[in-house]
Amino acid sequence: MKILTGNDLRSGAVTWWNGTGWSLFVDDAVDVGEDAEEILAREEAARRVNVPYAIEATIDGAGHVRPAHIKDRVRALGPTVRRDLGVPTAEKTGWDWVI
Amino acid sequence: MYRYDTYDQAMVDARVAEFRDQARRRIEGKLTEDQFKPLRLMNGLYLQLHAYMLRVAIPYGTLDSRQLEMLSHIAEKYDRGYGHFTTRQNIQYNWIKLEDAADILADLSTVEMHAIQTSGNCIRNISSDHFAGAAADEVVDPRPYAELMRQWSSFHPEFTYLPRKFKIAVIASEKDRAAMRLHDIGVRIVKRGDEIGAEFYAGGGMGRTPMIAPLIRDFVPLDHFITYAEACLRVYNRYGRRDNKYKARIKILVHELGAAEYTRQVEEEFAHLLSVGVEPPREELARITEYFAPPAFVDGPKTLDRSDPDFALWVDRNTHRHKHDAYVSAVISLKPAGGIPGDATAEQMRVVAKLAREYSFDELRVMHTQNLLLPHVRIADLHAVWTALDEAGLGAPNMDTIEDIIACPGLDYCSLANARSIPLAQRISERFAATGRTEVVGELKLKISGCINACGHHHAGHIGILGVDKKGKENFQLSLGGSEAEDVSLAKITGPGFDEDGVVAAVEKVTDVYLATRTDGERFLDTYRRIGMEPFKEALYG
Repeated sequence: MKILTGNDLRSGAVTWWNGTGWSLFVDDAVDVGEDAEEILAREEAARRVNVPYAIEATIDGAGHVRPAHIKDRVRALGPTVRRDLGVPTAEKTGWDWVI
Repeated sequence: MYRYDTYDQAMVDARVAEFRDQARRRIEGKLTEDQFKPLRLMNGLYLQLHAYMLRVAIPYGTLDSRQLEMLSHIAEKYDRGYGHFTTRQNIQYNWIKLEDAADILADLSTVEMHAIQTSGNCIRNISSDHFAGAAADEVVDPRPYAELMRQWSSFHPEFTYLPRKFKIAVIASEKDRAAMRLHDIGVRIVKRGDEIGAEFYAGGGMGRTPMIAPLIRDFVPLDHFITYAEACLRVYNRYGRRDNKYKARIKILVHELGAAEYTRQVEEEFAHLLSVGVEPPREELARITEYFAPPAFVDGPKTLDRSDPDFALWVDRNTHRHKHDAYVSAVISLKPAGGIPGDATAEQMRVVAKLAREYSFDELRVMHTQNLLLPHVRIADLHAVWTALDEAGLGAPNMDTIEDIIACPGLDYCSLANARSIPLAQRISERFAATGRTEVVGELKLKISGCINACGHHHAGHIGILGVDKKGKENFQLSLGGSEAEDVSLAKITGPGFDEDGVVAAVEKVTDVYLATRTDGERFLDTYRRIGMEPFKEALYG
């Protein structure tokens, strides 16, 4: 599947396109199929996201969204060495899939 | 230490106001990211993996307590309670909000600090010997010369858009504690008879193409110090490769032209500039030098009570000989076993600031090894200083050991990284601390970079580790034999890379070879240079 990610303009926080807006949680990301370019252009122009881009991802057996590239997996949860600073869902999804 | 004059303060304040307006226009949508990016980078504001990152300049690594307290305040108010000290003697904050950035810069300006020229293709923060002004072996304090260069290079209109970033180090002793020859320009202040001048080295650097800078002039008189630097920059600015980012650093130009031809062109430009007259008046150097007058050292005890073995170990490991025999310089390790190299909490910064005020003439240094330093501590006060440091988790006795690892932020924070550096540093330091092997091995400088840009100085590690991306997995190349000291050399790769577990085990195997083959008093690096790569390869790959 193809999902969209970027950073919040004001806070810099990592965000994921959930179909209607930008979520802090990777599990909210939705497959955008062929619409990636159109959504990216529209959302960036409206300053609802900063430097967004499309990435490949999969859904695991438990229904969790897993970005394909290690860099985006690290972005999804936060620094692996400071789990106390990770995004709130990190506790629920665990960290074992990141690396 | 140097204090801003009205020009310095006005320049910084004007820049804060300018950036505040730029950030506002970006948030309001009047600037696109493409338009805004070069503007924020000129003010040290990056967009990294998890948030904006702000890099604050600490010129030649020198700070006073109120400045460190401000850095602590910023960590607490605007970030997540900590900061990361870097290999360019700067500090980075990892969780900055764009809407706060101008306020942070305004706060910094109240203590004569800024983030200008900590990014972009300009002359970056000038680095220096962290023991400057305290070292027993220095010819003079190199910081006035570094400060003169800072003033010359700040907002220099001709050097704001160089082909690539440009890094300068200034030292003043035979011992090189600033990786001087791995800089775009390295300067060593020297004495010829009674006259002070400078050796100039050009074309060094790490990154994807590491090079050791050759000497291009063995004595530049002080009257021509800035003029010569300007000539070096002008030749680079004119002929540096702007067509290819990966060949744009001065090291490539010097290498392609050859040191002799580059030098010839610099000398030609130098002769021209002498006729133009770009050198600042000597009175300006004299004015700057007054700020670096030595503190009022007083005589005192030269020995100490070593009955506490933990204290004695820390003294042996973490103190450095001072020019005054009643003092030492005390290294504050930011490398607790299993910790994150270079990270300090806001509270730890406050503790260190207080110690600097009480015990070190209000002076502090950031070391390129990602530690802090109290440069002037009376031997009589050492136990009190160590006790306070230890209580704050800052008393690790590991300077220059395998636990004193340089590690870049790596894939945990950096958008350029291919692999994580910090977890390796944590695992290696933990393992060597737990087995008591750190002391047995002695001096061993281990440096880890998470990508080819080499911010973790892996090319210069006695042992270096480079993280790469191998088909979407982290992979680590091991290298041996590097040094950034006066015996500078570039490390050589051992062979095929390892996964995370494998590289930690490989480091242990390499030290096994060293321990089995070293002669009395031989450091790891000496043993490697004597026996060569083969015994290590044999142990690693069979």
